[in-house]
Amino acid sequence: MSEDKSIENTPSSPERRRFVGVAATAAGLSLAPGIMLMEVAHGRPEEQAASSAVRWGMLVDATKCGTGCNDCVSACSTENGWTPVAESQHKNQAPQWIRKLELQDPLTQFETNLPMMCQHCADAPCVDVCPTGASFKRADGIVLVNRHTCIGCRYCMMACPYKARSLVHEPLNDTQKADVPRGMGCVESCTLCVQKIDRGDGTTACAEACTASGHNALLFGDMNDPESEISKRLRELPTKQVRADLNLNLGVRYHGI
Amino acid sequence: MASITFREVEGSSLKYWLLFGGLGLFVLFGALAWNYMHHHGHVVTGMDNQIVWGLPHVFAVFLIVAASGALNVASIASVFNQKMYKPLAPLSAVLALALMLGGLLVLVLDLGRSDRLIVAMTHFNFKSMFTWNVFLYSGFFGLVGIYLWTMLDRSVAPYSKAAGTAAFIWRLILTTGTGSLFGFLIARELYGTSMLAPMFIIMSFAYGLAVYLMVLAAAYAWTGRALGDAVMLRLKGLLAVFVAAVLYFTVVYHLTSLYFAKMEGVEAFILRDGGIITTLFWVGQILIGCVLPLLILLTALGKQRTWIMVACALIILGGMAQMYVTIIGAQAFPLDMFPGLIEKSSFADGQVHSYAPSVPEFFLGLGGVAIALLATTFGVKVLRLLPATLDDATVAKLEH
Repeated sequence: MSEDKSIENTPSSPERRRFVGVAATAAGLSLAPGIMLMEVAHGRPEEQAASSAVRWGMLVDATKCGTGCNDCVSACSTENGWTPVAESQHKNQAPQWIRKLELQDPLTQFETNLPMMCQHCADAPCVDVCPTGASFKRADGIVLVNRHTCIGCRYCMMACPYKARSLVHEPLNDTQKADVPRGMGCVESCTLCVQKIDRGDGTTACAEACTASGHNALLFGDMNDPESEISKRLRELPTKQVRADLNLNLGVRYHGI
Repeated sequence: MASITFREVEGSSLKYWLLFGGLGLFVLFGALAWNYMHHHGHVVTGMDNQIVWGLPHVFAVFLIVAASGALNVASIASVFNQKMYKPLAPLSAVLALALMLGGLLVLVLDLGRSDRLIVAMTHFNFKSMFTWNVFLYSGFFGLVGIYLWTMLDRSVAPYSKAAGTAAFIWRLILTTGTGSLFGFLIARELYGTSMLAPMFIIMSFAYGLAVYLMVLAAAYAWTGRALGDAVMLRLKGLLAVFVAAVLYFTVVYHLTSLYFAKMEGVEAFILRDGGIITTLFWVGQILIGCVLPLLILLTALGKQRTWIMVACALIILGGMAQMYVTIIGAQAFPLDMFPGLIEKSSFADGQVHSYAPSVPEFFLGLGGVAIALLATTFGVKVLRLLPATLDDATVAKLEH
């Protein structure tokens, strides 16, 4: 840069000036996307709002999801500080942000395994019905609950077609994580590990765990970026949305269902 | 038109204070139940992440629906200008307010964070039917309050018809809103239909009038005032029409669902395989709530005061059963995320969910009923709501 400046400051021919101008533009154009990517990779500064240019989403490849494997669920529980259902004294009342579903076709006996969690709908019924606006969708597509304005009416739980939400039924023990606020009497669900995204980790706890286990059934990424891994895979693989008939435009897409 | 003398209930007898104290005791139990649930969390209730709305909602929605129905008698007087109903109107308005109060208290005290009620009153999402209901309930208190004022204060009496009409239209919208709390939900098979709004309106007519008749008869019997058969027989005829309409809507609702293959599972659950839900539907909602009351009200039995009261009690019990089936039954049937496939998980996917209401939930609900009746009992003591007599001769004069 300093070299460019010194050149520009010296008396020079119009050709040279044009060359410098073109070179600077070319350098700018080639550097900008890189800087933008670095911004994404390093998370966004606190004062910067989430951008609708990004749509975070997940691809679940049910054909790779391991039977009996629960690694995504355990990783979610560890990352977000909710007690695993097996350790809970009140199993029906214990929150479950993600769960493994076993499906079987009664005619063909074909079995399918997949994780089920908040589908991060673009047109989320939970956001529509929430009386206080505590249930909201961030610009980048993540559906969240504002811990300060949730009154625990559970109307969102009545409205969710995926049973993705849980009410915190009992006082929380001290396993809470500093960056994952929770509270008795409030409703909660999968946040796509928003704390990790905002930190710039670029993935979720469940996807990390699935990769670590060697199954590679979960792929997280920006569905708006045509060059992202998830966008490329979504272009290649036939995928479905659960209850596509509801036309909710889901952030989680399934292959092999 | 002959004038009617309204008089407060003296309310100094032992019987009055026993009633007052008895109801107060149940209000206290309700408060203790809320305190217990609020302190420990919903873990002490029978509700869980499958059945998220339990017995308190059954009580609350019943009371709110009955509240708007209880206003009917007043509406018939002011809006439809039926003179015979005029002396019955003030009690109708007060009962409507009292039932609404009871229902709303149960609803808000069952919130996971009932301490955050102020948030619900300061943060609004106008896409939410719940938000609309907050305004509909508040407006109901305002309009019925003004209406009551025009009935009790001669200086504003000319505005009574306008206030009554506004309150009538408002209560129709309000019950549309209550039905639409469920009607606007896409996730569950039994909801998501505009049928629920008119069905809730007709149910409110029946439940509200049944409650009104019981309160009216009790008030006159316990204060030794005369209540002639003319009033009772006219109202019981109306009640029979409302109950028949409830039965009609229920039949059409389920017949329509039965016709659609995708609804066969949930209909089979409610009508045949649902255990307690099925029993509550056939025995509670249909037999106790509709068939038996119709048999009583439309036969010679319906001419006797005692039997009319039995019919009213049955309609109220049937109404509670209906709310239980509508609210709990719809949640008990599992969500069908993958139609045609068997679902299994740690989160009770694919399973019919069971629900056993806990004692605190029951007492919270009863507390709402008690506070509605307590407010009415207090109302008739401090306000001139009840005509000194409603004997046949007095009532006959009104119509000429």
